Amino acid sequence: MKKKKITKKTIQHVLMGSFALIMIYPLVWMISSSLKKSENVFVNSHSLIPTEWHFTNYIDGWNGFAGITFGTFFWNSTIITVIATVGSIASSTLIAYGFARIKFAGKKIWFVSMMLTMMLPFEMVMIPQYIMFNQFGWIDTYLPLILPTFFGIPFFIFLIMQFIRTIPMELDEAAKIDGCNTFDIFFRIIVPLIIPAMMTSAIFSFYWRWDDFMGPLIYLSTPEKYPVSLALKLFSDPNSVTNWGAMFAMSTLSILPIFVIFFIFQRYIVDGISSTGMKA
Amino acid sequence: MGTPNWIGLDNYTRMFTSDPTFWQSMKVTFFYAGVAVPIRLVFALLVALALNKVVEMVGLYRTLLYLPSVVGGSIAVSIMWRQLFGNDGAFNSILAAIGLPTHSWLGDPDTAIWTLIVLYGWQFGSSMLIFLAGLRNIPKTFYEASSVDGAGPVRQFFIITIPLLTPVILFNTIMQVIQGFMAFTPSFVVTNGGPVNSTLLYVLYMYQRAFEYFDMGYASAMAWVMLIIIAIFTALIFKSSEHWVHYESDTK
Repeated sequence: MKKKKITKKTIQHVLMGSFALIMIYPLVWMISSSLKKSENVFVNSHSLIPTEWHFTNYIDGWNGFAGITFGTFFWNSTIITVIATVGSIASSTLIAYGFARIKFAGKKIWFVSMMLTMMLPFEMVMIPQYIMFNQFGWIDTYLPLILPTFFGIPFFIFLIMQFIRTIPMELDEAAKIDGCNTFDIFFRIIVPLIIPAMMTSAIFSFYWRWDDFMGPLIYLSTPEKYPVSLALKLFSDPNSVTNWGAMFAMSTLSILPIFVIFFIFQRYIVDGISSTGMKA
Repeated sequence: MGTPNWIGLDNYTRMFTSDPTFWQSMKVTFFYAGVAVPIRLVFALLVALALNKVVEMVGLYRTLLYLPSVVGGSIAVSIMWRQLFGNDGAFNSILAAIGLPTHSWLGDPDTAIWTLIVLYGWQFGSSMLIFLAGLRNIPKTFYEASSVDGAGPVRQFFIITIPLLTPVILFNTIMQVIQGFMAFTPSFVVTNGGPVNSTLLYVLYMYQRAFEYFDMGYASAMAWVMLIIIAIFTALIFKSSEHWVHYESDTK
């Protein structure tokens, strides 16, 4: 009986293990190609161990193109991501609190509208949005990428609302009796209790902004202002790339922040997806 | 951008009657969504079921299998994919190493779309996590009770697991169908719509119309058409769900 159990376990591990390895092969391949000499990337390209370790790819790649280094692009991405994330979380938390706890006229209509925009893909509104921001004179600035986040992100509002609903109303009432006004209740009672939901939202916001490609693609035109995603696209243009190693090196580097956040905050991510079905 | 003129329904007339590229992009998108979405969902469900059975190191497997989804949205992955399936890429290199014929996957209009479908299917991680959470929510007592009544694992799967998972399947299906119709980055970066428009996804064509030809009116009309298509699909899925989705509270 015991032996049978061990065999079963072994089979499980062999099957799951090889499946998992096949699935992450492309990622490992990308990292390993970033360490191969450019001429060797496409010779026996499936091999994962470089014949010689070529770390200079990272230096070559970092030099970027047109005199702009990847340092600039990473800085741009960081600025956009951090400000947009702060904006998303601050506004979404406040809005969620309003929907969950405050009675106001037309609440139902506003809530339904909010949920409808959650279902509405960005691609469907990008053209009217572009025309609008164009008339504001915001093209080639970060405003179209950052400012909308200060008006709430429906997914996060929904997630945080679900969380606020689990906090007993008695807490609010007790605080009210002790002399707290609506804002005191928000900052002293609600916020400390919904930190996990805010963390989950912040992590997803980070992912979406860091990976955002369509936004920068349509709004930015000066290469100095490009975030990593857009710069990488230009850097990898199939007609001009010769230094394959450097291209793989910068690709790898661009997803490094995502990996790091993922491994530090895995628990929040898994919880977030399991409870709301957000896509990463 | 020019000054907008009122032209009534001209954009729609042009779209439906005299723009073969529009119909091509429609065809490509329906094929892509119709194949890639079921592949991802079935894959996610099977892997979640397998993970649910594994007793040890579930966390490690879950992390590894979720990784492609975590990074999948980034440009880096699309760029890597183009090289992976390139003529000298790793995929051909593997085929050659095991003695199979190689192929110009991205150059052949018949296979290029499949590289995008595989890319979509590869990122099954988020759906897998949602399924896994759904599986964990099924009370163990249901299985115990049914095995007392003599139900085997296969029967249990069809009378307990699948029915109790249907709300999660519904949710996943709707989200994935929308995402499938909205795909842009893969076709923009991996194939740029080619060869001969065989991977010209709808949103890519819309983007080209709006930002390469600056034909904003036409592109907006395209957005409306797609929005209506998505709304119809969502409504159909919801409507059909009355027949196949099982909510636990119904049975009381």
